[in-house]
Amino acid sequence: MGLQALFFYIFAFVAIASAFMVVASRNPVHSVLFLILTFFNAAGLFLLAGAEFLAMILLVVYVGAVAVLFLFVVMMLDIDLGRIRSGVLEYAPIGALVGVILLAELIVVLGGSFVSPQVAQNVGVPIPDFAVRSNTAALGDLLYTDYVYFFQIAGMVLLVAMIGAIVLTLQHNRSVKRQDIATQVARNPQTAVETRTVKPGQGI
Amino acid sequence: MTALLGSYLPIAIFIAIALVIALALLTAPFLLAYKSPDSEKLSAYECGFNAFDDARMKFDIRFYLVSILFIIFDLEVAFLFPWAVSFGSIGWFGFWSMMVFLAVLTIGFIYEWRKGALEWD
Repeated sequence: MGLQALFFYIFAFVAIASAFMVVASRNPVHSVLFLILTFFNAAGLFLLAGAEFLAMILLVVYVGAVAVLFLFVVMMLDIDLGRIRSGVLEYAPIGALVGVILLAELIVVLGGSFVSPQVAQNVGVPIPDFAVRSNTAALGDLLYTDYVYFFQIAGMVLLVAMIGAIVLTLQHNRSVKRQDIATQVARNPQTAVETRTVKPGQGI
Repeated sequence: MTALLGSYLPIAIFIAIALVIALALLTAPFLLAYKSPDSEKLSAYECGFNAFDDARMKFDIRFYLVSILFIIFDLEVAFLFPWAVSFGSIGWFGFWSMMVFLAVLTIGFIYEWRKGALEWD
């Protein structure tokens, strides 16, 4: 238990410190790298809470894909460092508002379990014992059958995201000549070569 | 629970050792290396002539498209893992539920292929 608590404090402290550095860092690329560090520590916290699958998905999806996307977005913007820093205090009230709302939600959750400790037993689907069923299997048991609508909606959302990204960003350069392998392979002497008889002195 | 976390202890030790080695290699040059900087050594080197402009240039938006498409199929694979693990207990309904999900994303994949979003130019 002591080792577990030690790791919890390490992960929590590094997560908060790097989250602060995301906001405080001067260079947006460094901010994204600190964000990746925050994701790693959040994955460690998930792991300590027993959510093994969520921790791994956080690494695969957020560190592997979303962080790269953020890096591209940062690179895509034409960033003037001085101009960005000047606006940081304007956004402080909005950031503080979001922080206060999140804090209030946390207080509601923690206060609820403090006021009535048996609320923790009242969950819809309790986590099975790790020795009986692993975390990933427990998720799989529910996700594709009991929560099939949400699962299918997730598929639809992904489809919409795919089509939206293509519609918004895809622009082909008309001057580029592309290969069409099917027509290339389908060429034969009959379609490619034409024989003509040329009368002397006239040409075609 | 403790057994689960114990199975991750080697990773924690591995990360700790990697951190120590990385920090040692990072700080050793500051402490040990001989330094005599001058302005020519510290300036950006661009094949002999002066640097044109900043190295931070705008990326093409097509990188963004590639990245978005990668995330979508990454998520699709992430959904496949719990399905594969609990395949034995979710029955035919779970099987067809995943098949419908894959079919929906395959529609998107065909659209993407036909639009030429996988080609660079």
